[in-house]
Amino acid sequence: MTTVEQAALTGRSPGELTWRRFRRDRAGVASAVVVAFFFLVALAAPLISAVYGKDPTTTYGLDEPGLLNTYGYPVAPNGGISGRFWFGIEPTLGRDVLTQLVHGIRTSLLIATAATVLCVLTGVAIGVTAGYAGGRTDYLLGRFIDLLLAFPSQLSFIAFTPVVYALFVTPGKETPTYLRVVTLILVLWVLGWMGLARLLRGQVLSLREREFVEAAKVTGASPWRIITRELLPNLWTPILVQATLMLPSMVTIEAGLSFIGVGILEPTPDWGRMFANGAHYYESDITYIFFPGVAMIVFVVAFNLLGDSVRDAFDPRTTR
Amino acid sequence: MLRFLARRLLGALVITVLISAITFFLFFALPAEPALMSCGKNCTPDAVALINKNLGLDQPVPVQYWHYMAGIVAGRDFTVGHCPAPCFGYSFSNQQPVWGTIVDRFPTTLSIALGGAAVFLVVGTGLGLLAAAFRGTWIDKLFSSLSLVGNALQIYFVGVVALAVLVSGLHWMDNPAYHPITEDPVKWFTGMLIPWLVLSIIFIANYSRMTRSLMIEQLAEDHVRTARAKGMGRRTVFFRYAFRGALAPVVTLFGIDLGSLFGGAIITEFTFSLHGLGRLAVSSVSETDLPTLMGVMLVGCTAIVVANIVVDATYALIDPRVRLA
Repeated sequence: MTTVEQAALTGRSPGELTWRRFRRDRAGVASAVVVAFFFLVALAAPLISAVYGKDPTTTYGLDEPGLLNTYGYPVAPNGGISGRFWFGIEPTLGRDVLTQLVHGIRTSLLIATAATVLCVLTGVAIGVTAGYAGGRTDYLLGRFIDLLLAFPSQLSFIAFTPVVYALFVTPGKETPTYLRVVTLILVLWVLGWMGLARLLRGQVLSLREREFVEAAKVTGASPWRIITRELLPNLWTPILVQATLMLPSMVTIEAGLSFIGVGILEPTPDWGRMFANGAHYYESDITYIFFPGVAMIVFVVAFNLLGDSVRDAFDPRTTR
Repeated sequence: MLRFLARRLLGALVITVLISAITFFLFFALPAEPALMSCGKNCTPDAVALINKNLGLDQPVPVQYWHYMAGIVAGRDFTVGHCPAPCFGYSFSNQQPVWGTIVDRFPTTLSIALGGAAVFLVVGTGLGLLAAAFRGTWIDKLFSSLSLVGNALQIYFVGVVALAVLVSGLHWMDNPAYHPITEDPVKWFTGMLIPWLVLSIIFIANYSRMTRSLMIEQLAEDHVRTARAKGMGRRTVFFRYAFRGALAPVVTLFGIDLGSLFGGAIITEFTFSLHGLGRLAVSSVSETDLPTLMGVMLVGCTAIVVANIVVDATYALIDPRVRLA
């Protein structure tokens, strides 16, 4: 046997094969780069502001005459885009759009990521428990999921945020920003995990009848060991795919809440609230809403493409 | 069929009662002092006590809930006067009966939901059928890239851009507004057109993708091949055999989407300043007007539950293999 053949015959773990398949998928790699870019921007927001020399709260247009006209709109064309303000300045208050967007993405991604992680953990815990335990546990958890799914979701997000605020703060007092963030995460979490739980329950139901689980049971493995060592490795694909689909939807829901004014409030920068401001200014300055809008489309498209590629990499049999 | 309906209605009733109980508890038991929200900034303890007494908030929460639900069925007497059935209480912010406001706002939401749903159902499934019929050609590829972008569009962005282009840019249309269809059907239509189109954009991608993959699945079925083999026309097989099989899941999704729209197309209403149920919910959140919010929640949840029953019944009509038990 020659060395070349030996090299060709090295064993590869399923993980390695998945990684190789993913790397060969050019759309997948490109979308992963875009997604990573957004997270990097979110993480490095303070650094970007420092290098760029501006922050999202200073009202440049009010502090310096000549940037905004008497109606409060930028003097320079295209929303005041210039060498100094790369994405222009905000009408009325004259804040810098680039730093607002960068910090806004940071707020939104923080909330969306936290909510997604919590939803995935809850979904996995409840889905696997229901599927593996079966019987009465399964029935009760199933009805609980049905009940939560019957809540009108958009309406509930809106209706329950003030209730949670009222839980922490007496009415009439200011709600601190960190509490608003925690509340949004909480509300998104409570009504966000059911889909994944239901999906995983179904998968576990069919997996637990398979021979390798039987074998593990016969050898006396504990339920915990069977779940972590036998079942979970087979569930990584749906979990990862659902998580990559869940995150962008969390971002858009959070942005929607801030858009209608029940999410993050001024002066904390927020991606969704930029749309609300843009909706006020659009008649005289459409440029302002353009940057957050295009950024969000790019973000969601990249995430959806990434989700498709992750699924293809894990399961080469799927065809689109 | 009757037994099925009876069973489903009973289940729906249980779900509605549970949801209303949970919502009621969250709204009226968790906040330390709901009356404070009705009382405004300069509030004396006496005023709080009076509000509590007038609204029955001094009683235990389960008793309050019982009175609330009984009020919906049979009407209710407050110290301020009688509130006829269905009584959802009085608004904290304007002291009007909640039900009157809901009845007032519902036609707007209904118009948005029905019109928008008609657009996205027809266009979405239509594009899906086209993509399936021309599978693998440039049409299919174009649609699938479009649906990728369509899936990422948000009402609060597209809506504003549509207003900027169609209304303030080109002056093709007036600002969206609601006119009752009974008064002026033409104005109703033109006033709602932009909201319908924008609302449907976010659904179209989903429906066309789903229809396409269902049709491709159906076209590979044995009975479709048999029908072609015995000489039936391509068009007949496509619509009468494959489309019928693909229809059931589309109808399911449609029913659920429509049901949740009836509870208020919140972001659409907000973007176009239309005063429907969603807008009502948002304004009652900012004014912490709990009775109004509770009323809108109940209407929204009832719409979803009813939509689910209708979907199941329609399912059986479309797909004869489904037996209602």
